Amino acid sequence: MKILTKPKYIYYSSLIVFVFLLLGLTIHTMIVLPQQDHRENLTPQIIQGKLIWEEHNCIGCHTLLGEGAYFAPELSNVYERRGGSHGGTYFIKAWLKAMPTNIPSRRQMPQFNLTEDELNALIAFLKWTSEINNSSWPPSKKG
Amino acid sequence: MLYSSQAVAKPYFIAAIALFAVQVLFGLLLGMQYIPVNLPFISFITFDAARLIHTNLLIMWLLFGFMGSIYYIIPEESEQELYNPKLAIQLFWVFLSLTIITFLGYLLLSYATFAKITGNQFFPTMGREYLEQPTIIKLGLFIVLCGFSYNIAMTVLHGRKGMINLLLLAGIVGTTIIFLMAFYNPSNLVVAKYYRWWLIHFWIEGTWELIMEAILAYVIYKITGDRKIVEKWLYIIVAVTLTTTILGIGHHYYWIGVSEYWQWVGTVFSIFEILPFFFMVLFVFNVVNCTKCQYSNKAVKLWALSTPIMAFLGAGVLGFLHTLAPVNYYSHGTQITSAHSHLAFYSTYVMIVLTMISYAMPILRNRKIVNGGLSQRFEILAFWLMTVSMFFMALFIAIAGIMQVYIQRATDLALPFIEIQNSLMILYWLRSIGGVVFLIGVIIYITKFLIAKSNNL
Ligand code: HEM
Ligand code: HEM
Ligand SMILES: [Fe+2]
Repeated sequence: MKILTKPKYIYYSSLIVFVFLLLGLTIHTMIVLPQQDHRENLTPQIIQGKLIWEEHNCIGCHTLLGEGAYFAPELSNVYERRGGSHGGTYFIKAWLKAMPTNIPSRRQMPQFNLTEDELNALIAFLKWTSEINNSSWPPSKKG
Repeated sequence: MLYSSQAVAKPYFIAAIALFAVQVLFGLLLGMQYIPVNLPFISFITFDAARLIHTNLLIMWLLFGFMGSIYYIIPEESEQELYNPKLAIQLFWVFLSLTIITFLGYLLLSYATFAKITGNQFFPTMGREYLEQPTIIKLGLFIVLCGFSYNIAMTVLHGRKGMINLLLLAGIVGTTIIFLMAFYNPSNLVVAKYYRWWLIHFWIEGTWELIMEAILAYVIYKITGDRKIVEKWLYIIVAVTLTTTILGIGHHYYWIGVSEYWQWVGTVFSIFEILPFFFMVLFVFNVVNCTKCQYSNKAVKLWALSTPIMAFLGAGVLGFLHTLAPVNYYSHGTQITSAHSHLAFYSTYVMIVLTMISYAMPILRNRKIVNGGLSQRFEILAFWLMTVSMFFMALFIAIAGIMQVYIQRATDLALPFIEIQNSLMILYWLRSIGGVVFLIGVIIYITKFLIAKSNNL
């Protein structure tokens, strides 16, 4: 009994138990994930879009699925919010080209000078993200 | 100082304090960008670049602070000199160069340019929150962590093995291994988000928490001189940390597109993540009122007693309030998260590093401590300015977050994000005023070291 209450053994056993639980849950999560993230739709264009998203540090002002900065709107659902297949692409493209708006005392977004291809890739990535099944978060379409 | 190699801690502490000041300065710039003050010295930098500096320097300087603390503690606890003091100094310069390069890159280049010239497209790891550093900087940081772990491991393994130094060793080896996750950025966004948390959550609520607990135990031991009771508490605190934090990671998995059972796992386990902080409060209050205590530096006692209380509030209570899945559904990704981030980071890691500096710096600099002396009065004033202003900053931003949720998410008449910002403006103003007070606190804190130099007070 004495040996069981030594810190070492308590630590090892709780580490082992919980790490195995985490790994088990992770394996299960990864097995069922394809039904949630629709990876069958992942194209090279979307993957390029993710890289463009990352290399312009969009996360430095916006959230995506709720993670990032809180200075600018949530973008995981921006494609839907701005019209989905009826105009989502058109809106986002026009938006990125119109920046910065220079409206006084309104927060400004920089001009990234993306090419047409880059814009299409970025929008494809945002469209794919909006289709992830994430327990219907955010609570409101507004983000 | 019992061992001359403990002196390697000094440059680490100095770098930590200097970077802390820069980090806070950029925090203030961020706060100013939230309110419509378009002065040139505020808008010379975009919000995202200032934020990169603010959050990444935070991580870097806390690591400097941990390294300094550990280099100081380990020889004493192992009862022998550091295995390789020269390596410690070399790694210091490497780490400082990496930090300065990163800082200048964020400051002077556009992020896309920085990504391009560091070859991000060949091995994309950039552009994810807290992991924005270029891939080669990450590699350098990993090497620094490896060298550091090696140096500490060799010292600990050759010396006396106690609870505190073994825990510190586990903490830094864990920190180093977990950092490998920084190099894994799969092209599937959901998978990438899932594993990114293995780094962030297991650092700040895992290995860093262990390091914090060990440093706190060391300082309390130095105050009370009673090792037995300190180790007994440490034993409980660490056990609770390990059992709650691993599945507590579920609180980051509610809305990123993984299985819904994480809402249960995360909620149930992370509720108990408050316990280690609760026990830390009990711990310091149980042991510190000892009559035989020899040690009497009032400033150190103030830091050491306040750290668990503030951590209980900032990490524990504020964490608990938004960790339940049904609450998090509304609070996720709003100013509420920001309020928790600030009070939690300040109360745990900032305060524990400053506690350790408060204890170790006078010894490293060979200064006599005068209770009530000018230098100590400055430190205590700085303590109150920083702690109280951070508390209020978090409070204002939490209120802003609650209003944001209410207007933007809770009702059918939800308004768009940008349009509601004006109704939160008063709170953003108050936060910035809090930020100014915090910065004054930092300046007074630094002044303390300068006057100690000239007057030996
Ligand atoms: C002058 C004092 C400070 C001010 C005015 C300030 C302001 C800010 C602002 C405006 C943001 C960006 C929030 C957003 O994305 O919209 C931020 C982020 C952050 N700051 Fe500070 N800050 C200050 C000090 C600190 C200190 C001392 C710490 C460390 C304890 C800290 C830790 C952080 C962290 C961790 C984030 C990222 C938050 C998150 O992603 O949830 N800040 N800060
Ligand atoms: C050990 C000290 C802690 C620190 C330094 C800390 C820091 C942070 C930071 C920086 C974030 C924001 C991550 C992001 O930018 O997305 C965060 C998120 C979170 N933390 Fe903590 N935390 C601590 C402890 C805790 C504890 C004990 C709990 C629970 C009881 C908790 C619950 C949460 C939750 C639920 C989130 C997710 C917020 C969201 O929905 O976006 N934290 N924490
Ligand atoms: Fe967490």
